[in-house]
Amino acid sequence: MTAPPLLTVRNLRVTYPAAQGDIHAVRNVSFTLARERLGIVGESGSGKSTLGRAIMGLVPRPGRVAADELRLGAIDLRNLGESGFRRLRGRRIAMVLQDPKFALNPVMSVGHQIAETHRAHVRGSARAARRAALEMLHAVRIRDPERVFGLYPHQVSGGMGQRVMIAMMLIADPEVLIADEPTSALDATVQTQVLAILDELVRGRGMGLILISHNLPLVASFCDRVLVMYSGRVVETCGAGALRQARHPYTRGLLASLPELDHRRDVLPQLQRDPAWAEGA
Amino acid sequence: MSAVRRVLRTLFSVVLTFLGLTMVTFFIGRVIPIDPVLAIVGPKASVETYARVRAEIGLDLPLPVQYWRYLTRVLHGDFGTSVITSQPVLQDMLNVFPATLELALLALFIGVALGVPLGVVSATQRGRWPDHLIRLVSLFGYSMPVFWLGLVGLLLFYAKLGWVAGPGRIDVGYEDLVPTVTGLLTVDALLDGNRDVFINAVQHLVLPASILGYLSLAYIARMTRSFMLGQLRQEYILAALAKGLRPARVVWVHALGNAWVQLITVIALTFGSLLEGAVLTETVFSWPGLGLYMKNSLFNADLNAVLGGTMLVGFVYILLNLVSDLLYPLVDPRARSRA
Amino acid sequence: MSGAGLRAWLLDPVPASRRQARIGRWYRAALAFGGNGLAMAGLLIVLALVLIAIAAPLIADPQAATLQSLTDRLQPASWAHPFGTDELGRDIFARTVFGARITLTIVALVGLIVVPVGLGIGLPAGYFGGAVDAVLMRLTDIFLAFPRLVLALAFAAALGPGIVNAVVAIALTTWPPYARLARAETMTRRDAEFVQAAVLQGASRASILFRQILPLCLPSVVIRLTLDMAGIIITAAGLGFLGLGAQPPAPEWGAMVASGRQVLLDQWWVATIPGIAIFITSVGFNLFGDGLRDVADARGA
Ligand SMILES: Nc1ncnc2c1ncn2[C@@H]1O[C@H](COP(=O)(O)OP(=O)(O)O)[C@@H](O)[C@H]1O
Ligand SMILES: [Mg+2]
Repeated sequence: MTAPPLLTVRNLRVTYPAAQGDIHAVRNVSFTLARERLGIVGESGSGKSTLGRAIMGLVPRPGRVAADELRLGAIDLRNLGESGFRRLRGRRIAMVLQDPKFALNPVMSVGHQIAETHRAHVRGSARAARRAALEMLHAVRIRDPERVFGLYPHQVSGGMGQRVMIAMMLIADPEVLIADEPTSALDATVQTQVLAILDELVRGRGMGLILISHNLPLVASFCDRVLVMYSGRVVETCGAGALRQARHPYTRGLLASLPELDHRRDVLPQLQRDPAWAEGA
Repeated sequence: MSAVRRVLRTLFSVVLTFLGLTMVTFFIGRVIPIDPVLAIVGPKASVETYARVRAEIGLDLPLPVQYWRYLTRVLHGDFGTSVITSQPVLQDMLNVFPATLELALLALFIGVALGVPLGVVSATQRGRWPDHLIRLVSLFGYSMPVFWLGLVGLLLFYAKLGWVAGPGRIDVGYEDLVPTVTGLLTVDALLDGNRDVFINAVQHLVLPASILGYLSLAYIARMTRSFMLGQLRQEYILAALAKGLRPARVVWVHALGNAWVQLITVIALTFGSLLEGAVLTETVFSWPGLGLYMKNSLFNADLNAVLGGTMLVGFVYILLNLVSDLLYPLVDPRARSRA
Repeated sequence: MSGAGLRAWLLDPVPASRRQARIGRWYRAALAFGGNGLAMAGLLIVLALVLIAIAAPLIADPQAATLQSLTDRLQPASWAHPFGTDELGRDIFARTVFGARITLTIVALVGLIVVPVGLGIGLPAGYFGGAVDAVLMRLTDIFLAFPRLVLALAFAAALGPGIVNAVVAIALTTWPPYARLARAETMTRRDAEFVQAAVLQGASRASILFRQILPLCLPSVVIRLTLDMAGIIITAAGLGFLGLGAQPPAPEWGAMVASGRQVLLDQWWVATIPGIAIFITSVGFNLFGDGLRDVADARGA
């Protein structure tokens, strides 16, 4: 427990101004991340993606981010500015998005997109970037990197697209990876495969991983620790193994509706909700 | 869709549009109230002469047969003879078209080279003052009648300021000094190495081309803005930012790279509308191109020439559609692999 | 009902009746439009134009618009002639004011032709699909692929110059997008529940098309028309400039610009002022149309 945390978040708030009053998408969220796998669960709209984007400095206009403390290692992220963030993104902290069909640029070859991350952060020739991209494709267990390098996103399957996405985000060796629903758009058969690759890379490189999902069993089986979010707030934090002993009614509700969760994204029929939870009761 | 089917489909629609075009011009040719027989034989001719000439030019045949004959002639490049010049209309058009092309090409270049960047800036600065300014500039552009802008331009830049040369394509003293190779006067002057002619031609070209260019800029900037706003909302933009690219690269390479796919059609359309705008611009600037030729023919009841010009512009339209279809795969790998 | 009560009723998020819901939707759209300064400016310009056209005889002397007075030729602006006079000594102010009538007549007539033709082709194409659709849409595509001004020019040349022929020529090249639009709207509506209900109640196809589907297509068609108005005005002015529109001595703006061309260098106002009128009018229609479209887009989203 002597190593300083990779990421420190204290009282993070994200607000979207709107005509009918501000939307508080994230309210006073606090946690720290070490070299571990932290899961964040919650139903759709609970603020998980916004939280991830706030850490990356990518909350879209006119959203506002405020925090009492927001640090990546020793770097204060609060007043970093766009160019400061740019040097960190991809290099020290990266993000895997949900659906490779939309998250990869359709008019650029996948190899080019991977190499591009390398070139943005590592000085060197185009040839070196290409070599690194090929190695990275190999590392995400793509069998014929030379061929896949030249393919375009529409020519690769969902599973392969997500492995490309992972390669693109990990090629510059970041120490923290935020994976926002990385397998939700994939067929069940390739989900485990992609997760295994992610797991292997994160462990092998000693990274910290934030795995965002609405899928509680997946998070429970994959992560060391779980945050449960509801309406922008963390309502429960516990070890993944201790989830069955969770006390918060919302978490218990999530657990109770487990069978549904595998298939349905948004509907949690038996789930009770209490506005008081959002107020930090 | 397989490559063969794609090409077949495009060809099918090209042929169909071409047939439609010829039908319309054929129809216009018959609707016109002038009696072509009377025009040939004169009002004093006997009934027999009239009937003979009528049969000679085929007007006694059923309409479909007449159309078929018309179509065959058009396909052989025979648009009839111009009353004014007594030359084949095709020959006339080949003489004047390069002047129009020179004007339209430069205008298109101005429109794309300025309109696309302005549209991109407008989209990235959405809601801030550069956006408002650019939108205002383009609103003015597509609200202005080109013939009026041309006149005001002449008044200001030629008469008052003396920055550019006046109407016409070249001053009288420089006419016919360089041999015609491409028909584009500036290019021919360069090929011939004749500096004076080149400078004079540019001085004449720059104002009409800028004015047409401004109008296409207005439209291209507006469309670019809206395409860019659509692209900037996409997930791949978030991913590109998340991997640490500079915002400029995300905007100009990633978002714009995708916007080009949509822009190609817009640019083809713009080029078409430039050819149209030529009729008015060339009238204002006495620019000896296809537009002025058509306008003069119009007022001398030279129907063959008017219909020939309509056909030529329509044909270029069809070609532009075809070209933008063929260009798609260059900017869109999805179209490439479908092909 | 008090003002606040009415407002609450209009903005009720859970309307009690379909009527309230519909009126509320319009009210919200009007609020959004009113909040858009540029769109309101456009609306004001258009309204001003309509007013000027209606009240033209009150604003300017009808006789001055066509009265030639060779002693008053090419006068600069003065109290008697706020915009000066043209080459025949006519008052440019009066001509510009009365020109608004011609311009509005042209756009109105084009609209009156284009909307029914577009709907007449687009509705059946979208509703029946199949061969009907294929034939009608091929026809539309052919016209869509035509150079607009040049075709209008050829038509105007064949039919002879004049306002009516200019209108027909412009309409002939303007309708295709309306057919496309009406077809697309129809295709999204034809399977709607209330249409199916009408089918079950034994309504005829014609009645379904015209009673049920047509009203739903109208808003987007009208918005499209507003967006096209500026283009129509500019095309009409172009035909007028070439001498193919309204014939002298009618005070058509495009023709007025053309007549000022000869004296451009010395009496710049003759050509410039009617051009400014065209410009302001089309800016007005463009702003108005953009505003309407934004509201419609926001409502659709
Ligand atoms: N760009 C935005 N503007 C306004 N509100 C937003 C925006 N993005 C997200 N929100 C709102 O923030 C809340 C959290 O959204 P999100 O972080 O996407 O949730 P999750 O990822 O858990 O599904 C939602 O209520 C959503 O409507
Ligand atoms: Mg999310």
